[in-house]
Amino acid sequence: MNPFPHKHLLGLEDYTASDITRILDTAESMREVLDRPIRKVPTLRGITVVNLFFESSTRTRISFELAEKRLSADTVNFSSTGSSLSKGESLLDTVQNIEAMKTDVVVMRHRSPGAPHFLSKHISSVIINAGDGAHEHPTQALLDILTLRQKFGDLKGLRVTIVGDIAHSRVALSNIYGLKKMGAHVKLCGPATLIPRAAETLGVDITHSIEEAIADSDVLNVLRLQLERQEAGLFPSLREYQKYFGLTRTRLEKADKPLTILHPGPINRGVEITSDVADSEHALILNQVTNGVAVRMAVLYLLCGAKQES
Amino acid sequence: MTDKIKSVIVDAQGFERTLTRLAHEIIERNRGTKDLALIGMQTRGVFLATRLAKQIEKIEGGDIPLGTLDVTLYRDDFRTRLKQPKVQVTDIPFDIYDINLVLVDDVLYTGRTVRAAMDALMDLNRPHRIQLAVLVDRGHREMPIRPDFVGKNVPTSINEEVRVRMQEIDGEDAVLLVEVSP
Amino acid sequence: MQTQDFFQTKPTRLLHLKGARVVDPATKLDKVTDILIKDGKIAEVGFADDNPEAEKIELTGKMITPGWFDMHVHFREPGKEVAETVASGCLAALNGGFTGVAVMPNTSPPLDNAGIVGWVQAQAEPFPVELQVIAAVSKGRQGKELVEMAELCDSGVRAFSDDGSPVGSSALLRHALEYADMLKAVICEHAEDISLAEGGVMHEGAVSTKLGLPGIPSVAEVIGVVRALLLAEYTGAHIHICHISTAAAIEWVRWAKAKGIRVTAEVTPHHLLLTCDECTSFQTSTKMNPPLREEADRQACLEALTDGTIDVIATDHAPHPVETKEDEFIQAPFGIVGLETMLGLCLTHLCPKHLSLEALLERVVFAPRQVLGLPQPSITAGEEANLTIIDPDIDWTVNPEDFLSKSRNTPFAGWNLKGRAVGTISKGQCLMKGDRA
Repeated sequence: MNPFPHKHLLGLEDYTASDITRILDTAESMREVLDRPIRKVPTLRGITVVNLFFESSTRTRISFELAEKRLSADTVNFSSTGSSLSKGESLLDTVQNIEAMKTDVVVMRHRSPGAPHFLSKHISSVIINAGDGAHEHPTQALLDILTLRQKFGDLKGLRVTIVGDIAHSRVALSNIYGLKKMGAHVKLCGPATLIPRAAETLGVDITHSIEEAIADSDVLNVLRLQLERQEAGLFPSLREYQKYFGLTRTRLEKADKPLTILHPGPINRGVEITSDVADSEHALILNQVTNGVAVRMAVLYLLCGAKQES
Repeated sequence: MTDKIKSVIVDAQGFERTLTRLAHEIIERNRGTKDLALIGMQTRGVFLATRLAKQIEKIEGGDIPLGTLDVTLYRDDFRTRLKQPKVQVTDIPFDIYDINLVLVDDVLYTGRTVRAAMDALMDLNRPHRIQLAVLVDRGHREMPIRPDFVGKNVPTSINEEVRVRMQEIDGEDAVLLVEVSP
Repeated sequence: MQTQDFFQTKPTRLLHLKGARVVDPATKLDKVTDILIKDGKIAEVGFADDNPEAEKIELTGKMITPGWFDMHVHFREPGKEVAETVASGCLAALNGGFTGVAVMPNTSPPLDNAGIVGWVQAQAEPFPVELQVIAAVSKGRQGKELVEMAELCDSGVRAFSDDGSPVGSSALLRHALEYADMLKAVICEHAEDISLAEGGVMHEGAVSTKLGLPGIPSVAEVIGVVRALLLAEYTGAHIHICHISTAAAIEWVRWAKAKGIRVTAEVTPHHLLLTCDECTSFQTSTKMNPPLREEADRQACLEALTDGTIDVIATDHAPHPVETKEDEFIQAPFGIVGLETMLGLCLTHLCPKHLSLEALLERVVFAPRQVLGLPQPSITAGEEANLTIIDPDIDWTVNPEDFLSKSRNTPFAGWNLKGRAVGTISKGQCLMKGDRA
């Protein structure tokens, strides 16, 4: 195989369908490692990965850390609480300092869109975007796509609707880029205040009716609704959201066939999704979590291997 | 890059004869097929192991457990190679604890792949014994590794390559000596 | 910091400018000729005999226009001297070909009383730049109480603005307009509805959606502009709209002008030449307020500039040190520098495609001074020499390292431009860029 054509994973916008397929294929092999009695291979021995989480995200950080450890990389964790950032040090200074300690890969979660792109212009490490504000969260989209590929074989023509707070979601944007490249039809569903302006320019359909979304989809990817959006005046109440946009068994039973349900977690049970739906056989939520480790292993493997070439 | 075929070392008939001989040798050395299993190394080792297992079953009867091993994640040249190896599937659907494993590969060269394979197997469990069967040994070892079963020893120079072709993927059975022009 | 460190200074006791194309729309002058300057004043326009006592400057192939004026700059002093000082700002202006600037009052503390205004004016004293202070509308720029406008006007202030923010309330803007009109001063409004714009870092639209960046909707500007126009109409006072950027707001200004409302408007070179597509690089040199808009808005700006709906081109020169600007997009401050790129950008990209030379000079020489009620320069015998000397044919590449501004934050780095200021003459000093290292 030719070397992987990217140095960083900043987002799926600049990845092609064949790049994505290569990550998914590699992730399938990685999943097999996760099923072994000794779930560890020596591939990234001697490589140091720093997990820089300027915003707390327990699951994504643990998933990356496990992926790194399964591949025998050395890992260091950094989270913004108690860090120098609160003392007025800039992002660039913080990262340059850490890199000066000789690291190879930076996995970064940051509240600011473009923060990993900004860093990539200033440091030489491989950068993996673990979520930048409301911009991209590429490994989340990759694990969603892997989960769908395992279930449906091919994403061509698959009708996927992303439900919820699209405007503030990095998961939505990366999913839109990734799913469309893989040939799926993407629809967005949510209250008008939570759909970004000009969303249709992303090449997606938009609906404000959960019933319509259910009727027209094979898959629903349900996003977490954050309470602070209510405080910002973007929707009236959780109660009303639940009533008009919540995913319930009663609503799903109206579909002529069972819909596959994804959720990036953490779930607000009883808000965007009810427990009986989240725990049903059609919800692949825990599958997504396992695939998350495999996908992150694949990304680390492919990007670290490409390193010498760049 | 133009590769020149210098000679056909083994033809289709010879290929089958060699496999038959290897099957007999494996049975003999292991005094039968009790606790015996074959592990084929991706890619052509898998097909060789499959054929060897069939041969052994034909001679001795019974089912020979068969596994597939991909050593990509165990390679020592992961960060220095120009091309990035594709991670393939490892599928060993049985417990290798206390089993007599025969590792099957097409060409033995530096020994590094076999080293990686042994590491990979040891991570799975503790086999009783690991033996190595190869279709061709072309020399130039860089590790203290020696095969237990050899189809053919082929002395080569460093700018030659041994290409094993198999019906299953190449449409023919043959072993070729090829000169690689840089 | 002295001008001699950066420019070759020539005495203007007796100065002979030879062979330049002299352009002054005010006197319908456009011909290759000489200018003789005596004691800082224009003594003669026309070919003159060589006077052995005169200092001669050979200007064949060059162009002389009345001195350019930038009515919207931020010199950061007092408060943010690392970004710019009055001195470094004046040098940047001279390097960019401007003989006059109007500084905005959003310093720290703000320019909201005669004492501090006098101090800023004094800082500019050594430089041959006409520095006009635009004072704050409200005390401390808090949007609550009017500054002492009458006293400020006595100190030479001709305009008031809370730029950086709109005037705090409609009531305060109304009173500011009424009070300023009594003093024949103008209110320069940064027109924006804060509650709509709050949190935004770039223009809201397809690009902000693609980048996941919080958007500033164009309607925030439109509401601000409409409020300003209606209050100008109601009070009969003169309102000046700063840095207009949206097609819709321009439409309202056009409507207001047709209706006879006393409004003038300005646009920046970056809103004429760039769109929000630039932001996809996440380069913070594309982050400013108002933000870069869409292509339709840019076209509307160009059209309004051509038809006269927009009166003035001004830079909104907003220096920030690399320490604060080199940061992630959300964190970085708004604004870019512009003094040292505007003239080249105008000559390369606006003139003659969108503006004749005469119309361009109207928008960079006369209109800004007219908005502020300042005397106009004229290339006529007996007048004070207030001139910009331009090499219209020179090809050059924008290199921020060459700026005399203390800051480097420009989206135009690396642009190839044709035409550049090579000298200025004003306040009895002639500065020429040239051999001096």
